[in-house]
Amino acid sequence: MSDDAASSNATQEADAADAAAQPTLHGCPVTDSNGQEVIHASAAQYLDVVKALADEGYIMCIDLCGIDYLEFMDRVLPADIEPQRFEVVVNLLDMAHRRRTRLRVQVPEADPTVASLFEIYPGTEAMEREAYDMFGILFADHPDLTRILMPEDWEGHPLRKDYDVGRIPVQFKGANA
Amino acid sequence: MSTTEEKLTGQQAGAAVEAEAVEEVLEPSIGKVASTDHLGTNYHLFVAGTDEGDQKLKPRSQTTARELLREVGSVLRMSEADAANLGELPDDPEEDQTMIINMGPQHPSTHGVLRLMLELQGETVLRCKPIIGYLHTGMEKTAEQLTFMQGGTNVTRMDYLSPLNNELVFSMATEKLLGIDGDIPDRAVWIRMLLSELNRMSSHLLFMATNGMDLGAVSMMIYGWREREEVLRFFQEVTGLRMNHNYIRPGGLAADLPAGWRDGVLRILDLLPPRLDEYDILMTGQPIWRERLQGVGVITPREALALGATGPILRSTGVEWDLRRDQSYMHYDELEFDVVVGSYGDAFDRFAIRLAEIRESMVLVRQILERIPEGDYRVQNKKVTPPPRARIDESMEALIHHFKIFTEGFKVPEGEVYLGIESPRGEIGCYIASDGGPNPYRLHMRDPSFVNIQCLPHMMRGGLVADAVAIISSVDPVLGGVDR
Repeated sequence: MSDDAASSNATQEADAADAAAQPTLHGCPVTDSNGQEVIHASAAQYLDVVKALADEGYIMCIDLCGIDYLEFMDRVLPADIEPQRFEVVVNLLDMAHRRRTRLRVQVPEADPTVASLFEIYPGTEAMEREAYDMFGILFADHPDLTRILMPEDWEGHPLRKDYDVGRIPVQFKGANA
Repeated sequence: MSTTEEKLTGQQAGAAVEAEAVEEVLEPSIGKVASTDHLGTNYHLFVAGTDEGDQKLKPRSQTTARELLREVGSVLRMSEADAANLGELPDDPEEDQTMIINMGPQHPSTHGVLRLMLELQGETVLRCKPIIGYLHTGMEKTAEQLTFMQGGTNVTRMDYLSPLNNELVFSMATEKLLGIDGDIPDRAVWIRMLLSELNRMSSHLLFMATNGMDLGAVSMMIYGWREREEVLRFFQEVTGLRMNHNYIRPGGLAADLPAGWRDGVLRILDLLPPRLDEYDILMTGQPIWRERLQGVGVITPREALALGATGPILRSTGVEWDLRRDQSYMHYDELEFDVVVGSYGDAFDRFAIRLAEIRESMVLVRQILERIPEGDYRVQNKKVTPPPRARIDESMEALIHHFKIFTEGFKVPEGEVYLGIESPRGEIGCYIASDGGPNPYRLHMRDPSFVNIQCLPHMMRGGLVADAVAIISSVDPVLGGVDR
């Protein structure tokens, strides 16, 4: 089992070494993650790739979430993809062909802005607000980019890795524990 | 603090003052950023971006045309002229003719703490905006602190009406990352299916209860709870708990089924059919019930697909999509069952689909009962499976192994995976990214309720405020899953 994982990592690295062998889709490198197709789109390509995928039959955006890779910058990525702190992960579903695909978009820390998918999949409205709320990733042209889970006057974005978990002090008969 | 306080409404200001008082005394570390060094000078960018404005529904005069269009339901990107012609509502009522009211967060028919802001003109709902987050407890952040072994206790509390489905999707995603998804013993897989279907029944039975209650059929509420309790009683026998079981774990199950479990299941299967027939008399065929639900909260298939709605909402519009059949997982492809679809996409269809799904689940449970094989209930893989209790008494190594698994957890190879299964409310998905450690680097649950409540504004537009209750109920949101 761990051998499999190691060998798949090895193949990914081999692919990375030989960029010409890297399969691509709509100009984006495609990798295989535990048997699932992953498209690595850049922030610039993102909207066009999703549009193209929507035209190909990916009728529903099933999920969109952010990740903060601050503590895991050396993750395995295709050779020509530069790892950034944030990623936006989009899961698309094609009902007619019963297939799924996933996009991973690198979002730099200095300018954490990507295009909003609202015009293509209106259902991403709440999901993008959640990603904004939790990670501070901005979605350009989102119609209502406000906090969704946290109160609107909250400071900071809780799911970032540099955001402390915090604790609530418990009092036992007047003593802090 | 004083600047933000001015912006707060009365209710929130109270909470803020309270928070301030606590801060002074105990200095909690919540909300503080641990280290901002690496951010350098651009930290203000993120803090500045935190007040993007109100989550609330704004009065008409302060709403841009684009926002208004979205709020009245232009999912399908119609022109403004088309949107205006959609209903018989006046195109742009004067502001003094409309009123914005809050429904919830403390309202018995909002199924928890869902807050809806409704703009009303007389009794007609013009706009609606769901405001959520009142139950947000940062469970995805908590998940990063817990090992994969402990994660089940966390995810099971998200959508608390389908805890076993939450555990199932989390376990399946973890197993996929571990690469042992093919090694799970057949008995464990079949038991998972059994529990998943029973959970679907208990969840839909609760829907029958709350849907009845919301529409004034109060006796239905008691009946629904009563039948659900029968299923929960079985869960208690099997897992020890009525809810939040943490029974399905990465690698298999926490324990084997107890003696006499088959009788417990058969008892439910014998007990339910006559009671479901009673539901039909009480509700399905009853003219008042039909009047109340038919044609209410209609959503079209295109809207449902665009909004990402899944489960009974999507199926009520006639889209045949059930992950159990269409992207089959576990052994569902070996079983015979029907995917129930509606045709009108209204609240009645959603009710009828859920009632029919209880019956379909019973059909499935009967087939599963025949097929549950003997065998192991968890994978025999030293990495993820603790040694049996008896071994701990004899072997020091087993004791250490047991201790290590429960304290440190097991390491999961680097990678990321998304898995979706059919929960009672639609597709529940689990996205896990692992950095090779014993904790998930990131765990995201795609909760069906979170996405489904986006349908509310579109279902409610132009309806009556009295129907709003029926519509919320028919979406069957679980706020524990919405807010996580």
